[in-house]
Amino acid sequence: MPPARSWRAYPQTYRLEAARCSKCGKAFFPPRLVCNKCNGRQFEHFEMKHTGKVVTHTIIRTPSDEFSGQAPFALGIIQMDDGPRLTSQIVDLPFEELRIGMPVRLEFRRISSEGEAGAIHYGHKAVPVRI
Amino acid sequence: MVVGIVGYGAHIPRRRIKVEDIAKVWGADAASYKRGLELFQKSVPALDEDTITLSVEAARNALARSGIDPKDIGAVYVGSESHPYAVKPSGVTVAEAIGATPDCHCADFEFACKAGSEGMFVAYGLVKAGLIKYGMGIGADTSQGAPGDALEYSAAAGAAAFIMGADEERMIATVDETFSFMTDTPDFWRREHQFYPAHGGRFTGEPAYFRTVTGAARGILEKSNLKPEDFKYVVFHQPNGKFPKRAAKILGFSFEQIDVGRLVPWLGNTYSGSSPIGLTAILDVADPGDRILMCSYGSGAGSDAFVFTVRDRVREVRDLAPRTRWLMDENVTYVEYGEYAKMRRKIRLAEK
Repeated sequence: MPPARSWRAYPQTYRLEAARCSKCGKAFFPPRLVCNKCNGRQFEHFEMKHTGKVVTHTIIRTPSDEFSGQAPFALGIIQMDDGPRLTSQIVDLPFEELRIGMPVRLEFRRISSEGEAGAIHYGHKAVPVRI
Repeated sequence: MVVGIVGYGAHIPRRRIKVEDIAKVWGADAASYKRGLELFQKSVPALDEDTITLSVEAARNALARSGIDPKDIGAVYVGSESHPYAVKPSGVTVAEAIGATPDCHCADFEFACKAGSEGMFVAYGLVKAGLIKYGMGIGADTSQGAPGDALEYSAAAGAAAFIMGADEERMIATVDETFSFMTDTPDFWRREHQFYPAHGGRFTGEPAYFRTVTGAARGILEKSNLKPEDFKYVVFHQPNGKFPKRAAKILGFSFEQIDVGRLVPWLGNTYSGSSPIGLTAILDVADPGDRILMCSYGSGAGSDAFVFTVRDRVREVRDLAPRTRWLMDENVTYVEYGEYAKMRRKIRLAEK
């Protein structure tokens, strides 16, 4: 990923910034220009709470080149407590312990890097909520 | 103006490797490491964890306890000997991730295991000078020990972050005194482009660690006109379990005073995070009025010493983020040497 493309997404990848429609309250991640519920164009940006639940998950064993060193890994759709859904790796637990509905927290992690000499891309991955 | 800690937090990777699993690969005697150096296991960062990711999580825990707006943080300093980039600061990524940019001063510190306390010291100094409202000092490392070397049994990963400020109502612990002790002592180093550090073996002990740590501790005791019995807790840099115990004995501190902050037997040496993480474990249990001595150590060599006095607010904020002993003990996964070698990038992969 070119550094400029990665940089443009920092508010979302680094801080999980979402946008809430000022008219109807629907939250979007990533933010969008027009609300698909009420056609509103005014949004308030906010940092989502880092907690949510696993909606569904799968195991990636043959990833794209960018993630080849990480396979196999779990990938899931996370329902954030603030409303939006996002796709994230689920790490720090054995695959057999993955469960739909399990509570997770998004933790800051390395997502990928451009080889040994290129830029390192950071973002969030889901980890099981410690009980 | 009274300046002190208004927020603190730690973060520790969840993987551990036992000393036995390292020793059996190299034909070494695990019992001698456990008995002689009091090392039982150490933390292992995953492939997607590094000094920046650990720092961000520790910083967020510190922010949660402080209750401040991250935009009010005027400086973010990350001290580490394992910054992910040779040229590109770790501090800006941390500051960006916690929402402290752009009105913020960032710098990375490096001084072997002392880099974390340097960040704390400079952040404290800038608040004291009235240049910034809050300053964050972080000590974090994902340190490497060469395969089979004695350091491989201890080099671990973790981070601690402290927000310094002068708000009376947010004060968790006041900084009552500081003292630093520095000499050119070549006990441990890593040259440019080298993957693993080198060290002077037994030279790292008496003329390096003990001379420096006791020098800093005696200096701050004299400067503050305090005695060992005036402290409830003491935390020294912890390269292994034995060194801080011996330093305490030399200086006249009891085992009870160092016990709470001495995490190394089960955590390993988190380098720049070592004494700072120990301090977080102390703040997790300390009572208002307790006095704490912290004394870091960085090879090369130097120590930064601080005297803290705990305030009432510690009781209100300590459970706003995970306690350090809880981070150490919960959801731990043990890895064997093969997985550890992969996680620590010790395996040479084919070029693509």
